[in-house]
Amino acid sequence: MKFSTGVKDGLPIGFGYFAVSFSFGIAGSKFLAWPLVTLISMTNLTSAGQFAGLQIMADAAGTFIEMAIATFFINLRYSLMAISLSQKVAPSFGTFKRLLLATGITDEIYALAVSQTEPVTARYFAGLMVLPYIGWSSGTLCGAVCGEILPAMVTNALGVALYGMFVAIVVPRMKAHRPTLIAVLIAIACSLAFKYVPALSGVTVGFAIIICALVASLVAAALFPLKDEEGGEA
Amino acid sequence: MIATHTYFVFLLVMAGVTYLLRAVPFILLKGKIKSRFWRSFLAYVPYTVLAAMTVPAILYSTDSVPLGACALVAAVIASLLGRGLVGVAVVSCLTVLVGEYALLLLF
Repeated sequence: MKFSTGVKDGLPIGFGYFAVSFSFGIAGSKFLAWPLVTLISMTNLTSAGQFAGLQIMADAAGTFIEMAIATFFINLRYSLMAISLSQKVAPSFGTFKRLLLATGITDEIYALAVSQTEPVTARYFAGLMVLPYIGWSSGTLCGAVCGEILPAMVTNALGVALYGMFVAIVVPRMKAHRPTLIAVLIAIACSLAFKYVPALSGVTVGFAIIICALVASLVAAALFPLKDEEGGEA
Repeated sequence: MIATHTYFVFLLVMAGVTYLLRAVPFILLKGKIKSRFWRSFLAYVPYTVLAAMTVPAILYSTDSVPLGACALVAAVIASLLGRGLVGVAVVSCLTVLVGEYALLLLF
């Protein structure tokens, strides 16, 4: 598992991130100078978490505590991914390397890393995060600098790129693996309930995502435990 | 506009919490998890998280819910036809762009 293989595998994520973070840059440029917007992307490398953080910063009543709690719940899924990834990495992937590369645990980089058949080495993982990191940071920069020029029609269209990428990761696995299909349908049903059932609508978006993922994954793990040869992948 | 100093405290909180959420579980777990149940659970997590993040949020990601639904359907079809990450993202973006243009012409 070479560094260069990782870089190559990370290319599509890098492109996708550029488009998505471009819209983040546009959103941020409305009330922050472009270097400050870019710095958020360079230090966080999250999508939903950053968007929520931006909203809290923009809100005159937003507090640091609120920022900490919202970030915690929206990004708690990265802890689940970090645990899952720790099951998949090579023994040579030590503590120092983990501290250095932990920032690379994003939805897409993680999904690609755990879908490898071989154990993930630090070199490969580092390669994998290079282009997504550059794409995410430079996309934000470009969005923040020239975002105000683009009409809302274009920025709206770019806004769905993120979801398109999510679909591209989930659908092929749903097609190939029936238990994953069922798990995903449970998660979607649960997510729709949080949106449309009045009694549940008070739950924040980040927290709703965590509950949906936990419920669906627990049910699927109980009903369809993976065979040993399926290893860490669903 | 917020004060630069306030911005940096916000940034520190946001980046710090995010980093710790990733790094702490990553360094604490060195061995393999033995339980088949928990290994299965962790294998399902990425797909259920992404699904919950996408539906219904994609419906509200543009100015119109039907247009968001079109983008979702287009993305699923493109994905079933074997398009990759970028291909599917482009298809969903183009769907919204074409849809918005059509709405503009109609109304």
